[in-house]
Amino acid sequence: MFLPVTLQLLSGFAETVKIFALTLIFALPLGLVVAFGSMSRFTPLRALTRGFVWVIRGTPLMLQLMIIFYGPGLLFGLPSMARSTATVVAFTINYACYFSEIYRGGIESIPKGQYEAGQVLGMTKPQIFFKVVLLQVVKRIMAPMSNEVITLVKDTSLARIIGVYEIIWSGESFIKKGLLWPLFYTGAFYLIFNGVLTILFGYLEKKLDYFRG
Amino acid sequence: MALLEVKNLKKGFADTDVLKGVSFSLEKGQVLAIIGSSGSGKTTLLRCLNFLETPDEGQVFVDGKYLTGTNLSDEEIRLNRLKFGLVFQNFNLFPQYTVLENITLAPTLLKQGNPQDIQATALRLLEQVGLTQKKDAYPHQLSGGQQQRVAIARALALSPQVLCFDEPTSALDPELTGEVLRVIRGLKDRDNTMIVVTHEMEFAKSVADVVIYMADGVIEEMGTPEQLFEHPRSEKTRSFIRGAQQAF
Repeated sequence: MFLPVTLQLLSGFAETVKIFALTLIFALPLGLVVAFGSMSRFTPLRALTRGFVWVIRGTPLMLQLMIIFYGPGLLFGLPSMARSTATVVAFTINYACYFSEIYRGGIESIPKGQYEAGQVLGMTKPQIFFKVVLLQVVKRIMAPMSNEVITLVKDTSLARIIGVYEIIWSGESFIKKGLLWPLFYTGAFYLIFNGVLTILFGYLEKKLDYFRG
Repeated sequence: MALLEVKNLKKGFADTDVLKGVSFSLEKGQVLAIIGSSGSGKTTLLRCLNFLETPDEGQVFVDGKYLTGTNLSDEEIRLNRLKFGLVFQNFNLFPQYTVLENITLAPTLLKQGNPQDIQATALRLLEQVGLTQKKDAYPHQLSGGQQQRVAIARALALSPQVLCFDEPTSALDPELTGEVLRVIRGLKDRDNTMIVVTHEMEFAKSVADVVIYMADGVIEEMGTPEQLFEHPRSEKTRSFIRGAQQAF
């Protein structure tokens, strides 16, 4: 029994990993764009971005999932997106907002002197950001980012609510066959995956240990 | 013609006027020391020259070229900055780069020559500040004095026409100020034009060609070290110098 259950759970877990990976790929850069928006000197843009971040962080991700999936159909009679697409869209928006605040905190914690040193050396603004500031920001935000990334792994289970066949659903599907334990067994998959991520983040932090700042 | 000419520079923040009209000129190869108590506007003056602050009024000429003006684009400001170099009180080295990379980064990004030449110049500058053997170290592995010497080499790598120092030894332990001051003295012998904001009176006395005493946003007195330290004309200057000497 154990092997077939494991294999079926693995097929659900593949979807879980897909949501996780796509969300990171889109939300990591988008978060930086949102962070720049929320630090903009142009007040309307800053206000708009911060308002948006407030709404996204202030409401449940589960609700956002349902709005993205059902909303277009209910409100405008449009055909709804594929379930997995809607999931990645909702997760990307949600996580980009959380990442943006982590980025903003990191960027604002870099001493002004680093920017000024770049300026008096004649560097352009993009050069200062990408060549001087960015790696220092990355180092500073490692710990909160690892928190957020580990939360994302577990949040993928929310996709169950719009019927995405991820690992929780594949675990649940055994209940009607009279098996309860596969649902709880899914926990081991999350745990092992997060164990790997924890090791990976530890490795990255060590990699950045060569400098202080 | 003077290399640097500053005319009636004014700068205020919110409701305080920090610079109330500062004018002076400096010949090529001269060293200008600026002394004065904190809040007198010395640092703001240097920051205006390096375009880290935009002056409200006044003009700056380098080699007869007019640099200030309203509505300068970011790019114009960036190019103007290259006329000046600035060494900060807190060094502000880039922590993720080695000593050598700190020096080569800006010239490389600004494409000021091929990589081998930039590298060779950086090594020569490191030798000049006596840190050749530290080229592969990271800033946090260096003492404050060593970090400041690297910062000086980094500023020199862009061959600025006027090199400015903002209290270069104020953040250092007393036993480390000597090595930094020796490097600055060495630069004078190589005919660099420099402006040094400093609290080191003995240093100002022995290295500067011209000394400015600033108080309340204006130049209270300006002259050779001998005039200023031995025969100050203004009462304010006299009491400042007496106070500074009593500190020793």
